[in-house]
Amino acid sequence: MTKFIDLTLNGISTGAIYAAVALALVLIWRATRIVNFAQGGMLMLTTFIASAVINSTGSYVAGFLVALASGLLLGALVEVILIRRVEQAPPLNAVIVALGLLVLLQATAGMIWGNTPRSFPAAFSIRGYRVGGTRLLFAPNDTFILLAVIAVALSLAILFRATSLGLRMRAAAFQPEVARLLGVRVGRMFTLGWALAAVVGSLAGVLVAPSVFVGPNNFDPILIFGFTAAVLGGLDSPLGAVVGGLALGLVLSYVSGYEGSSMVTLAALAVLIVVLMGRPTGLFPAARERRV
Amino acid sequence: MRFTTAVAAVAAIGALTAAGCGSSSSSGSSSAPGVTATSITFGTHQPLTGPAAPGYSEIAVASQAYFNYVNAHGGVFGRKIHLIIKDDAYNPANTVNVVHQLVLQSNVFGIFEGLGTPTHTKVVGFLNASKVPDLFVASGCPCWDNGSSQPFTFGWQPNYTIEGKILGQYIKQHFAGQKVGVLYQNDDFGQGGLAGIKDEVPASDIVSTQPYESGTTTLAPEITALKTSGAKILVDFTVPIYTAIGQLTSFTLGWKPQLVISSVGIDPITVGGLLKAVSKGKASGTGLIEGAITDGYLPSNTDTSNPWIQLFMKVHAQYDPSAPFDGNVEYGMANGYTLVQALEAAGKNLTRQGLIDAINSHGGSWTGPGIVPYRYSSSDHGGFAGAELARVQGGKIVEFGGPLTTDPTATGAISPFTGTQPAPPASGIPSS
Amino acid sequence: MSAAVARSTLLRSLLLTVLGGAGLWLLSVLFSSYNDLQLASGAFFFIVLAGLTVLIGVNGQISLGHGGLMAVGAYTVALLIGRQNWALVPALLAAAAAAAVIGIALGAAASRLRGPYLAGATLAFAVGLPGLADKFPGTFGGENGLTINPPTPPSVLGSSFPLERWEAWIAGAGALVAFFVLYNLLHSGTGRKLRAVRDDEIAASLCGMHVARTQTLTFVISAACAGLGGGMLAVVLQLAQPGAFPLQLSLSLLTAVVLGGLGSLAGAVWGAALLVLLPGWTNDAAHSFSLSQNVSANLQLAVYGVVLIGAMLVWPSGVQGGIRAIRGRIKPIERRAT
Repeated sequence: MTKFIDLTLNGISTGAIYAAVALALVLIWRATRIVNFAQGGMLMLTTFIASAVINSTGSYVAGFLVALASGLLLGALVEVILIRRVEQAPPLNAVIVALGLLVLLQATAGMIWGNTPRSFPAAFSIRGYRVGGTRLLFAPNDTFILLAVIAVALSLAILFRATSLGLRMRAAAFQPEVARLLGVRVGRMFTLGWALAAVVGSLAGVLVAPSVFVGPNNFDPILIFGFTAAVLGGLDSPLGAVVGGLALGLVLSYVSGYEGSSMVTLAALAVLIVVLMGRPTGLFPAARERRV
Repeated sequence: MRFTTAVAAVAAIGALTAAGCGSSSSSGSSSAPGVTATSITFGTHQPLTGPAAPGYSEIAVASQAYFNYVNAHGGVFGRKIHLIIKDDAYNPANTVNVVHQLVLQSNVFGIFEGLGTPTHTKVVGFLNASKVPDLFVASGCPCWDNGSSQPFTFGWQPNYTIEGKILGQYIKQHFAGQKVGVLYQNDDFGQGGLAGIKDEVPASDIVSTQPYESGTTTLAPEITALKTSGAKILVDFTVPIYTAIGQLTSFTLGWKPQLVISSVGIDPITVGGLLKAVSKGKASGTGLIEGAITDGYLPSNTDTSNPWIQLFMKVHAQYDPSAPFDGNVEYGMANGYTLVQALEAAGKNLTRQGLIDAINSHGGSWTGPGIVPYRYSSSDHGGFAGAELARVQGGKIVEFGGPLTTDPTATGAISPFTGTQPAPPASGIPSS
Repeated sequence: MSAAVARSTLLRSLLLTVLGGAGLWLLSVLFSSYNDLQLASGAFFFIVLAGLTVLIGVNGQISLGHGGLMAVGAYTVALLIGRQNWALVPALLAAAAAAAVIGIALGAAASRLRGPYLAGATLAFAVGLPGLADKFPGTFGGENGLTINPPTPPSVLGSSFPLERWEAWIAGAGALVAFFVLYNLLHSGTGRKLRAVRDDEIAASLCGMHVARTQTLTFVISAACAGLGGGMLAVVLQLAQPGAFPLQLSLSLLTAVVLGGLGSLAGAVWGAALLVLLPGWTNDAAHSFSLSQNVSANLQLAVYGVVLIGAMLVWPSGVQGGIRAIRGRIKPIERRAT
């Protein structure tokens, strides 16, 4: 029984990280209809910057805030300098540009900080909660991660559903020409979408860095499962990203615990196929047009 | 596809390829390519980028630093040693490619310190068929041991099973009857180490063996399984990153077993660096691995009274100062020293077969930075014959008990090695 | 004669195949051993890329999982030749068939998915499949994978015939066969069906085409190509191993297909050339500055990333698109001159 509880707790804490990454991908998709394959590289870079700030100033809060701020700036820069130029081209071109950017960011981080991963502090204690005589596989820091992810998901849901800014962003993504005619600054909405998504990504990076360490390639597995979670939940739904992330985290944790870690990636494939066969646009699809 | 495009495409590709093969090849005779009156060129394949790069990318650079030191003092018989380092990103398809390029295009004299079992096993056949010296592979797999079927390939570091046996014997003697759990990487490194543990520790004492896949981001399922099995001893056949991740999870669970960690995954500088920043000093630095039992076949890299460490630190300060002086750097320099020993033994008339014969005949009696002898003979091309036990004390590796030697078989006895390690030559370069 | 060639797809494809074969033979004889190995690599990448460009460019789907399909082909060849002593050609055909069978399953799934959802599913396939090698280490050899013996050149060629040239011939023959089949496919009614489904699914189904069946068929064809290419990889490099088919490979295939020029077999040729030659060029470019090993290793990757980004910004239709654009500008000048 303790094994099941520990696996469940592990699944929730890893799932929260996948959800955080998935939220960043959902945000960019809703804002610009592009899948950002460079998300992992961007959050890796901002986490490296935060690590450098923490090492030189000794203050976690300073590093945390710098991570978010540099994410905001990086996202905006990437959209204006690179993505703007391929928004009119076939969608695959944006994918290739994002892949090139990912490689470039990883190589740049390797050149500046080297390939050796470095340690990153956690915001709160990582000693598991004590229940009865034993410690659980869930610590105050994991609670913080879960709450942070839920807070971000709620903020995004409110942004898109209840604010005029969110409406403008969605309009700019779905019908740029019509939106322009109605006075929406489409370019600015795209930049804002990328900037916000990069902030969410930076948050994910800072949350996961204590357990995977900071290195050019250390965030790659998180990215793969984050993308899987986003697809699982539906790329148009922040709630879907959270549900998808947590569900994926739980399933993978159980498979790893009961079947062995070699089955984990196959299990992710199986879950994805099963869900997508039933709901081809994810668990929480956007409103579908009527099939004629 | 138009006719003209087809012809143009094939012609263009031909021209581009011919233009692209621009790397210079060193000249040399047919029995000794890569050797001139003033230079010897070796090649190596290393994971310089990608997920396997951390730590390992320092090794060949450190070897090169030692060669630069030797070259600055006249080289070997007046020849300077050059090492061409190629990145394979731990992808065996790339390894095949770069090794072919090194041998066929760059005309290297031999391959040195090829890193990785899954990568190097794919080029052993080609190198032996082409009669290219394949020296001192950076992997503890028993794959390199067979001198009869693979005459041109030599191992260097102690076999993983040998290590497992030495650690296992310590557990059998000092923790008899206690429950033992093993966390191991699911490849030849972890599986070889586990086999050695099983050779020595009674099966009834081993209560849980948990493999993990390299590339996973969490060891929580494995650590919880080990904890719930009641194990009081945890044996880690892990690389440093997973040693650290395992320790973090154990810390969260409040589980503190006696640690027994392979030399591959113990380097306190690397592991301590990964554990430094967590939880604001509560689980910092090497505190979590303090008291761990491990083993070593080279002097501890923090033992500044050892003349070999002093030599390597001198070389490091001058030729490789940007890297930390950790286990990987010591490994690279010690392996480089062995290559120079081999070149000295082969004599001034250097040929590929001559180099192989020199190692077969004399390698078993060489002394150097290793604290145990080599197993080299014409039939056995395995590397170091054993290791010495060690403990992490005050964040440093302190060796104790004297060196032990054995072989990788299940029944091979473990015997103490009574020879002493000589000091390095005054020049720091082996003599012929 | 030329009018007959212009009208008959079969004759045209035969002519191109023969010319291509002559060109490859000439190159393989002129090249050194290492360059022959590169030629063989380019040939098996062409097979995979040709199938992939049909899937993505001609039929409008996407796949991030073709590395996994290559792995299926490679392991099939390694098991059949290495363990069961099959001959070369039947093993390669079996590799294509095995991947095609997987392609049926993937294609059926793919016909229900669009855009990023299809991308996600195929990506999960590419990441998940290598896990099988570790789950069944007895069959698949675990992390170290399987090795096979190099293909020995037949004795008629002489005892000192270079192995690499023989490998280039084998892979080149496979590439020519794939080219012949796909060229005829693309210039036939089926080819037009593929394009119709890409351009407008609803209109295509109104014309009586079975959209899902066409999409599945295209997936199967491209999977068979990937399997054949993967089988060739096993023969040329003599290995089948999970580490040789990382996610990176699937992404590189996608990149190569787009950079070469989507939708055309000429684009697949350029893409294959880029896959084989670009790492060497970026490596040389990075090493032309004498920097520390770590920096230059990463610099090579940085150059590669910049090339990808730059190529997409400057040549959105890839190399073949750029060539077409240049030819388009030359033609009107020629007409004006006459």
